[in-house]
Amino acid sequence: MASPSVLRSDSVGLQRFGLGFGLGQTPEIRGPARERLLAEIARRTLPQPTGMPYSGTAEIGAALYAFEDAERAAREARPAAGQPVAAAPPAAPNGQNPAGQNPMAQPKPASEPALPYRTYRDEVSARVRLALEAETGFGERLVQFWSNHFCIGATKSNMTRIMAGAYEREAIRPHVFGRFEDMLVAAESHPAMLEFLDNRLSIGPSSPAGKRRGRGLNENLAREILELHTLGVSGGYAQVDVTNLARIITGWTVVGREAVLGFPGSFAFNAGLHEPGAQVLLGKPYGQPGKEKGLAALTDLARHPATADFIAIKLVRHFVADDPPPALVRDLSAVFRKTEGDLAAVSRALIESDAAWGAEPTKIRSPQEFLLAAFRALGRKAEFGAIVGPLNAMGQPFWQPAGPNGYPDGNDAWASPEGIKTRIDVAAGWGRQAAASVPDPRALTEAILGPLLSAETWQAVARADSKPQALALMLLSPEFQRR
Amino acid sequence: MVDDDDDCERMTPSRRAVLGAAGALFAWSFVPKFAYAAAGSRDPRFLLVVLRGALDGLSAVPPLGDPDYAGLREGIALTQDGPDAALPLDGFFYLHPAMPNLARLYAAGQASVVHAAATGYRERSHFDGQDVLESGQAGPGKTESGWLNRLIAHLPAGEGISRKGVLGVGVVPPLVVRGEAPVLGWAPPRMARAGSDLIQRLEDLYGQRDPGLARALAQAKLTEEIARRQGMSGEAKGGGGPDSADGMKRIAEGAAALVGADDGPRIAALAFEGWDTHANEGGAKGRLAQLLGGLDGALATFEQGLKPVWKDTVVMVVTEFGRTARVNGTVGTDHGTGTVAFLVGGAVKGGRMIVDWPGLKPEQLHEQRDLKPTADIRAVAKGVVADLFGISGPVLAEKVFPGSGGIGPMAGLVG
Repeated sequence: MASPSVLRSDSVGLQRFGLGFGLGQTPEIRGPARERLLAEIARRTLPQPTGMPYSGTAEIGAALYAFEDAERAAREARPAAGQPVAAAPPAAPNGQNPAGQNPMAQPKPASEPALPYRTYRDEVSARVRLALEAETGFGERLVQFWSNHFCIGATKSNMTRIMAGAYEREAIRPHVFGRFEDMLVAAESHPAMLEFLDNRLSIGPSSPAGKRRGRGLNENLAREILELHTLGVSGGYAQVDVTNLARIITGWTVVGREAVLGFPGSFAFNAGLHEPGAQVLLGKPYGQPGKEKGLAALTDLARHPATADFIAIKLVRHFVADDPPPALVRDLSAVFRKTEGDLAAVSRALIESDAAWGAEPTKIRSPQEFLLAAFRALGRKAEFGAIVGPLNAMGQPFWQPAGPNGYPDGNDAWASPEGIKTRIDVAAGWGRQAAASVPDPRALTEAILGPLLSAETWQAVARADSKPQALALMLLSPEFQRR
Repeated sequence: MVDDDDDCERMTPSRRAVLGAAGALFAWSFVPKFAYAAAGSRDPRFLLVVLRGALDGLSAVPPLGDPDYAGLREGIALTQDGPDAALPLDGFFYLHPAMPNLARLYAAGQASVVHAAATGYRERSHFDGQDVLESGQAGPGKTESGWLNRLIAHLPAGEGISRKGVLGVGVVPPLVVRGEAPVLGWAPPRMARAGSDLIQRLEDLYGQRDPGLARALAQAKLTEEIARRQGMSGEAKGGGGPDSADGMKRIAEGAAALVGADDGPRIAALAFEGWDTHANEGGAKGRLAQLLGGLDGALATFEQGLKPVWKDTVVMVVTEFGRTARVNGTVGTDHGTGTVAFLVGGAVKGGRMIVDWPGLKPEQLHEQRDLKPTADIRAVAKGVVADLFGISGPVLAEKVFPGSGGIGPMAGLVG
């Protein structure tokens, strides 16, 4: 029998790196927790969501173009009435119909959201289902972490909305225990990213298209690759590096509806948009032909020491503490460098570190973590309507950060007065909804919190005046909120 | 109703200056209440609106009188005439046609525009730029607290104002309000509110187990109290986010109701999003026009919602930096430097363009690409809060905007 302190730190570990104890899981999952997480890394693959209407980006692209064509035809068939309406429905705030859109502008009946939103809905549900079924949830947490590191914003356009889930499935999930440079290339060349950060429109000024049309560069993606995805803002690059990287990745674009360069909606390298000639990035010239130039640049960026430091600090801040212990950051960065970005090795180093495992649980679960942990604890299903409202209210819907830097990752963002108040409102609702299916909140609290349960929380739950209130108190207890 | 808190903040200018100097020496709690009880001065309100994503100042307030403007802006250039003509300000500068309310307020002497403005930040990262703008520090990487929070903490006249805290609108509070001084939070409600009995029990539990959560909950309750007294329903509603006109309006309504309350916070910050117009920015119509229309509506909402105290109000609208002077390859603009800031409200000495125009010729641009900044946003902010709250230069230079001693408060912004 393990000592109480080991049991406690194993329980913290499961919350820190995973998604918490689930209803129906046996207490054995708590020990030996660390070995369980390491075994997950050793498997090297994560399950993929199932049951989506479209298997991949190319299929989605074709469906999107067909949808937009049908919509345009429907619009043109009507006499011009009022304003043209953006085709992308805004985020549905309460899980019902996306509000605020003119039903007249939709080819579908008003009761059913348009194709991009329906696809987003199915992707979110499938993704949440995996997180609820996972044993510890460590892999799913890493998917969330990397998805946020390389975030796209679903609200930008129909294309980012409809592709948001596929982007995570194709660019992030396969590489979570793989190589950083593979994830980097997969992310930067994904149509969802090329659309989100405008690179699909960027044209080399001296390219054939640039000379013909007199149009040119858009440096949005290049800047965020350097600042947010690899080196970090203090990683030692200058404006000229941004501009040159933008030139290097001109021609990385998305196949249009005419399907000239491949399947509509898939990635293409369009040589007609590519800036010819060698470009210097961080002092090194890149003269490779075509797409190779960008691949070479991304590979070097992935292996740059500043990238190792930047990834290490973000990982530690996410999993361990808002103020990352410098020694732990140094260790992870060293592993990243030594293994040239083997993310399984980096994840292993994180789990094996006593500094990471034994730290006090100070971080508040993010809204997404809170929802997933609560759904696991209450045995709830992955129903979109029940997911989207609370996440919108708490400020962290899937794939919709306010900017390309992703959602914040600290208590100052999530443990704010308004954030806590909203969390209480949300938990009160979950308590009401789950009350009928939970025979005894006290027994559930003991099972879910296990060795973490404090006397004060136990008493609060036991003295609650109703089952819904008892469940809300469990979900809102410091032991459940902090990890 | 007699509100002695109000009296605390009423001061004559001379007294304000005296206390301003003393402010660094005496914590407000040691100063006897009657020291503030001078009648006849104002009970100021200050709202900071942060536009996240970098507003294109050359489209919001186009210098149509500059001979180089139209050439740089090509298809997105605004014009003096035609069906979507820009609105005249001073004959050289115009206002984007999506902002008729701001034009009206300018004409009424209740709005000024500071052009070619920037913080001290000269790189082009949104996130560092916003950090510098909101932390009030000279450079990025120092984000423990925001300048509005430190302003509250160092207000000499501030017993009432300090105790009421600074309001940060949004589920995630903007950095500019974070810090040691009390922070109130509010966001347009999206969920049914939890019962007060549950809140009470959580207060007990957090009080015993978790000081951090206890503090957050206590602040949340405070705002809820004020909101309730203001008759804000608390009813959950749908609607757009902070990048839609509808979302901006609801945020502005809520902020105005709280800041307008007798017992509400006097200082608030909120953020509108979506200003990063890299592609298809649009001219008189289009994406940026829609956002500017949303901002214009929000300004009208402030004016309406704060009517009784509008004469004592300044709304300051700022963004992290500007955008490239020349339109880019995708009919948008990339990250730049100089941009505009707006000052709106009854307390503003308005109807003025405040600008030392650098020009738009290649050699006049910052790094040959961006509008060159000739005004520091810290100077503008310092000028406003110095006049509005009677806070002294040294406190502003050391505590609120650390290391900004070389940047004096801009005088005469508040009338």
